[in-house]
Amino acid sequence: MADETPKPSELLSKIDYHTPSTHWMDVPVNIRKGMYCYASNPKSVEYLGLPNARAWNPIEEDWKLPENWQQILHEGFKERLEKFRSIKVFMDICVRCGACADKCHFFIGTGDPKNMPVLRAELLRSVYRNDFTLMGKLLGRFAGARPMSLAVLKEWWYYLFQCTECRRCSLYCPYGIDTAEITMFGRELLNLLGLNIDWIATPVANCYRTGNHLGIQPHAFKDMLEFFVDDIEEITGVRVEPNFNKKGADILFITPSGDVFADPGTYTCMGYLMLFHFLKEKYGLDVTWSTYASEGGNFGSFTSHETMKRLNAKMYLEAKRLGVKWILGGECGHMWLVINQYMDTMNGPADFLEVPVNPITGTRFDNAASTKMVHLSEFTADLIKHGKLDLKPERNDNKILTFHDSCNPSRGMGMFDEPRYVIKNVANHFYDMPANTIREHTFCCGSGSGLNAGENMEERMAGGLPRANAVKYVHEKYGVNMLACVCAIDRAALPASMAYWVPGMQVTGVTELVANALVLPGEQERTTDLRGEPLPGMEEADE
Amino acid sequence: MNKFYLSSLLAVFVLALIAWVGGPSAPWLFGIVLPYLAVILFVYGVARRVMGWSRSAVPFAIPTTGGQQRSMPWIKQNKIDNPSTHLGVFIRMALEILTFRSLFRNTRMKMTHEGRFSYNLEIFLWLGAIAFHYAFLTTLVRHMRFFLEPVPLCIQAIEAVDSFFRFEISYDAIQFGLPGVYISGIVLLAAVVYLFLRRLFIAKVRYISLAQDYFPLFLIMGIAFTGILMRYFTKVDIAAIKELTMSLVTFKALSFKVPQGIGPLFYVHLAFVSTLLIYFPFSKLMHMGGVFLSPTRNLAANTREVRHVNPWNYPVKVHTYEAYENEFRDKMVEAGLPVDKMPEESAEEEKE
Repeated sequence: MADETPKPSELLSKIDYHTPSTHWMDVPVNIRKGMYCYASNPKSVEYLGLPNARAWNPIEEDWKLPENWQQILHEGFKERLEKFRSIKVFMDICVRCGACADKCHFFIGTGDPKNMPVLRAELLRSVYRNDFTLMGKLLGRFAGARPMSLAVLKEWWYYLFQCTECRRCSLYCPYGIDTAEITMFGRELLNLLGLNIDWIATPVANCYRTGNHLGIQPHAFKDMLEFFVDDIEEITGVRVEPNFNKKGADILFITPSGDVFADPGTYTCMGYLMLFHFLKEKYGLDVTWSTYASEGGNFGSFTSHETMKRLNAKMYLEAKRLGVKWILGGECGHMWLVINQYMDTMNGPADFLEVPVNPITGTRFDNAASTKMVHLSEFTADLIKHGKLDLKPERNDNKILTFHDSCNPSRGMGMFDEPRYVIKNVANHFYDMPANTIREHTFCCGSGSGLNAGENMEERMAGGLPRANAVKYVHEKYGVNMLACVCAIDRAALPASMAYWVPGMQVTGVTELVANALVLPGEQERTTDLRGEPLPGMEEADE
Repeated sequence: MNKFYLSSLLAVFVLALIAWVGGPSAPWLFGIVLPYLAVILFVYGVARRVMGWSRSAVPFAIPTTGGQQRSMPWIKQNKIDNPSTHLGVFIRMALEILTFRSLFRNTRMKMTHEGRFSYNLEIFLWLGAIAFHYAFLTTLVRHMRFFLEPVPLCIQAIEAVDSFFRFEISYDAIQFGLPGVYISGIVLLAAVVYLFLRRLFIAKVRYISLAQDYFPLFLIMGIAFTGILMRYFTKVDIAAIKELTMSLVTFKALSFKVPQGIGPLFYVHLAFVSTLLIYFPFSKLMHMGGVFLSPTRNLAANTREVRHVNPWNYPVKVHTYEAYENEFRDKMVEAGLPVDKMPEESAEEEKE
């Protein structure tokens, strides 16, 4: 697929911010190759017991919908208007001021006006007005209403899968209208008709069965971590011993399975192993991994609220079974939206766990008092603040860093200073990107919310453009050569978008940097970092 | 797109014409029935809409976090944009409603020909919006003088401040003076014209605009324009108007007698205002009420600290550990992973 993707210069010259002369309702949707993901595999849909499992193809005329699909949608819409005040209010109060229009990375990268958050929402609102409001019924298009049709449905599908639920537009909206909420709702409706994409549906089915999106079975999961154990031994001379499914451990650690599977997330995973080994040796802290709850991410959240809950349930179930005190969560984006804003409500109360206390520093994480789950960056920052880690930040001296705030920990949580604090303590060269592109203003990697497939490379590169552009700025200005992040999707998506837009830029997880700097008890003199690249000053030793 | 604003403009003109002609010939209809009807429909409509929203559940706490979270004491929390307390939420909401804080963040994206992007502060939408809303509010408060007798001091004070600017020429040859010029009226008209022009001339905004975006702008333009005309140019019988408005609030108007001498322009003004009130609950103007109920702004971002309860939370099918172990037990044992039941035990159970 990659060879069909336009070159960066072609993609840039294709961006046209001029609006068409025809009204948007009269511009038919064009489901274009490179801009959409393949349809869900019926086996995955069936495994989960979700509706209308069948093989279908988005670019074919016939989507093999149930006969009464319009009724299903109408009733699904109606039911959710009662269940979600957010949707009801967001359908009614938009004034179309346009503040959100140029905030979306997909709009910036494509110029397609239907990627303006306001129009993405209007795709649904127009049908809402037609079906549920007096004005819409009386005045039709003059009130911005239009009836549901197959063409409208296809338009919904195309554009609801060109939103990564990053919430950037919501920040600027004077009424807090959140397109992520609208997209989640819209995708939930589409799922009533079996209109998911496979890059979401199959990971969800895998996760349901094997505990993780990649479908790694328990023995293989253990094997994969043991590969890392070997690698770590080679680099440090220390053999770390991770616990699996260990009853009575202090803490259960859950992270996205992407970190176990693909570079450069694997280096972050090695970082986790080394950090926990250090804490075990030095302070006796007992952390366990679980093969059953072996996924932090939750692609269910890109499917429906119910599916989100079904997948998320494992975290508490496993914590209870193992009898741990509290849960520590690894570096992941949407995982943390789910944990921070949904988990406790959906699957709590977690009264069988304790309010998280870091036994090494005595810090009580009151901000997680009810959910009982702490972010690894919070945990690491606390350890560093209390001087509990032995660090040699100079080992990261050949890395000139910047930090990408992932959308969900930013606008669905507000974790900005903890990872920066960690980075600045384990590395010496750090430069932030321009102010309007970081922290709460941050841009999405372009591939979030289940869009990180191979067949939609043009869509991903277009969506990744604003982030890449800001990286390029610090790359040229300060010579930044490494982009740090706390999200597994970022680690999977950004290397491609960096190779495309900012060649030479590498991507790393924060815990990889920590582990590079961390001095393990009894380690040999290290000559390379976790990637096998020579440490600063060790370039000759490598020969 | 043009048909959207032209149709809205036409609707407002037709309305003006009807009131101009109809007002003087059926003053009871335009001076008494219409305003009463408008107020009733406004109150009923707004209440119904707000109650409709309130009836819907708030299953999840989904605040948009616009600043540093509360975590450890040595990390400085942004208590307003990421509020973890009710006070913080109150301040966030107050700033949102009184100062349009989110809109104040607005930036404008620009792409240079080399494919570089910049995002600079874009203040004009915020400025236009704030000028418009505060001018409207001042005008509204000022109009309370027509519904209260004696006019309370606070309203007189607002008027005095609002009309500090005077325009008078007093030479022997020319004697000309306007009554104290209300800044609010001028600002209102200017702001509403600006909001219309940006809809018309900014291509993106024009593309997303619907007829229902133009209609209230024209209506409010009409209200401000007729108001200014009456005050400064074509003098109307203000005493007769106050007699009418007082009779409306004291319900003496139910005798359907309208004082003589009220010019047609006043009926146009009143018809515009009444239409706005009737239109309000069915339209996007309900953002006035909705902003209070937006779950991304009015909830505390303490979602890991305090459990939010979903009123319709229901049990779902999950894949239990037991089912998982049953499927993978042999492989787990072989890999040296701990299991809850050894293969022999589970085989025995199956026999039973």
